[in-house]
Amino acid sequence: MGRIVLEQVTKRFGDVEVIPPLDLTIEDGEFAVFVGPSGCGKSTLLRLIAGLEDVTAGRILIDDADATNMPPARRRLAMVFQSYALYPHMSVRRNIAFPLRMAGMDKAEIERRVQAAAAALNLTDYLDRRPGQLSGGQRQRVAIGRAIVREPTAFLFDEPLSNLDAALRVGMRLEISEMHKRLRTTMIYVTHDQVEAMTMADKIVVLHAGRIEQAGSPLDLYRTPRNRFVAGFIGSPRMNLIEGEEAARHGAHAIGVRPEDITLSREEGGGIWSGVVGVAEHLGSDTFVHVHETGLAETLTVRVSGETPCTHGDRVWLTPREEAIHRFDAAGMRIE
Amino acid sequence: MARAHAPARKALTTALAWTAGLLIFFPILWTVLTSFKTEAEAIADPPLFLFFDWTLENYAVVQERSDYMRFLWNSTIIAGGSTLLGVLIAVPAAWSMAFVPSKRTKDILLWMLSTKMLPAVGVLYPIYLIFIELGLLDTRVGLTVVVMLINLPIIVWMLYTYFREIPGEILEAARMDGADLRSEILHVLAPMALPGIASTVLLNVILAWNEAFWTLNLTAVDAAPLTAFIASYSSPEGLFFAKLSAASTMAIAPILILGWFSQKQLVRGLTFGAVK
Repeated sequence: MGRIVLEQVTKRFGDVEVIPPLDLTIEDGEFAVFVGPSGCGKSTLLRLIAGLEDVTAGRILIDDADATNMPPARRRLAMVFQSYALYPHMSVRRNIAFPLRMAGMDKAEIERRVQAAAAALNLTDYLDRRPGQLSGGQRQRVAIGRAIVREPTAFLFDEPLSNLDAALRVGMRLEISEMHKRLRTTMIYVTHDQVEAMTMADKIVVLHAGRIEQAGSPLDLYRTPRNRFVAGFIGSPRMNLIEGEEAARHGAHAIGVRPEDITLSREEGGGIWSGVVGVAEHLGSDTFVHVHETGLAETLTVRVSGETPCTHGDRVWLTPREEAIHRFDAAGMRIE
Repeated sequence: MARAHAPARKALTTALAWTAGLLIFFPILWTVLTSFKTEAEAIADPPLFLFFDWTLENYAVVQERSDYMRFLWNSTIIAGGSTLLGVLIAVPAAWSMAFVPSKRTKDILLWMLSTKMLPAVGVLYPIYLIFIELGLLDTRVGLTVVVMLINLPIIVWMLYTYFREIPGEILEAARMDGADLRSEILHVLAPMALPGIASTVLLNVILAWNEAFWTLNLTAVDAAPLTAFIASYSSPEGLFFAKLSAASTMAIAPILILGWFSQKQLVRGLTFGAVK
């Protein structure tokens, strides 16, 4: 089990309300990702669930039991920190064994579990090393090993991959996803990287200034963002947002079009909008063309196939796919 | 140009450093030398430096007249006990100040330090009265507590500085891993701060060992430590410089040896955090 329910959870630091009253349910076995720009309160929310911060008001239920005032040690949650937070004076073996020792488990069982975790994480050869003698990726594995040996109710990840280099990050992302598929344990994952959110989550919770802007499956959020913030935050490259006359023509204060929903033509008059190419980023499979001087927005980004020849200074014509246009009112909310 | 001057400058600073070092060390050296002279040689004019009849007579007399081992034992109990007690109190205090600071933490730290600026003699009378009232005069327990209190601000400050260097996330990880406060301090914080705790202990043993004001004023016989042992040679029967020197040498020898063997630890501990 691992169902986590937040009821009107509020957090204030002094006079500053970091998290206004907030409701959220994370179902058993769900992979929930909290995503948002820095300072949006996602880490604070995770720490409230962990019990590392006290809630100012509201209730936290873990498997229907009130955990609001439970010390972190009793919540049966495991956490992986951004800095790994390994115990530098202990060997890898003792690091992984630490939560089991704290639980008073007998030595043979501890050793069995440590060996199993080490085998699963490719750490068997490093059990007698200190964290200082390991690479970043290995340290991250030790941190995960320390979390899984306990067989916790839920895993909490606080930006666990942000200290790794890009290649390692992709690898660990896959490993964590696979681990979730295998264990089917609830996971809550905090990141500011919307690619991590999109690829890993069952449910994405987009946070902004401590409020939940939208919560739902990655594709729900991608297809039907509830407001301009979510529209701009989810998706890479970002959705093009256009205000003014063009938006008014669609009966909206602003319209949004994703880069892949615009077709690009190099023929004179081959589209309804026109502009000059600023930069064309060739990724091989795709090319992202950043177009200026359209009179609509500072830059429009268009995704075209990798083979499209396009360079700085070319004049191009653009056509959005009408049915893929998102419309937003003056308050930034979606118009259906 | 600067390079040409470098060897000369280096020689000069080396000479200066040696001069300063010898100047500071000279009184101790002189005390040790005097302890091996006869009383007549000790006050000879001009003073005798190395060429005199070396004798152990003073040590024999001092040992005969007063029971050195008892003073040594008292000093050890008071210095060791007060340091141990101080660390036991200061670790949780420094933990809370370093990891769960409040708005007033800085003020409390400064206030603690300010007590060190108070002249000790200002509170002699009240403390003396309290000691009489509690029957603590001339007891090792009473002295251990007083010396501990005198050094407590320094212990807390030092430990606080070391603890601040330890990332809070590691302690939070311990909490998530099921550690209660006791386990968190015992299994995670203390081992990580061990170099700092060791320097704190060493420095405080030295400070407590050398503490003279309270030990002289609050003891007579039973709890008298080595400071009282030295003092007892300073006046009563005229000036016996050689014997006084022998007593002093015996009193400072243990702490000098301790300091010598732990100097690496002391220097490392005292500069910890200053250079990153």
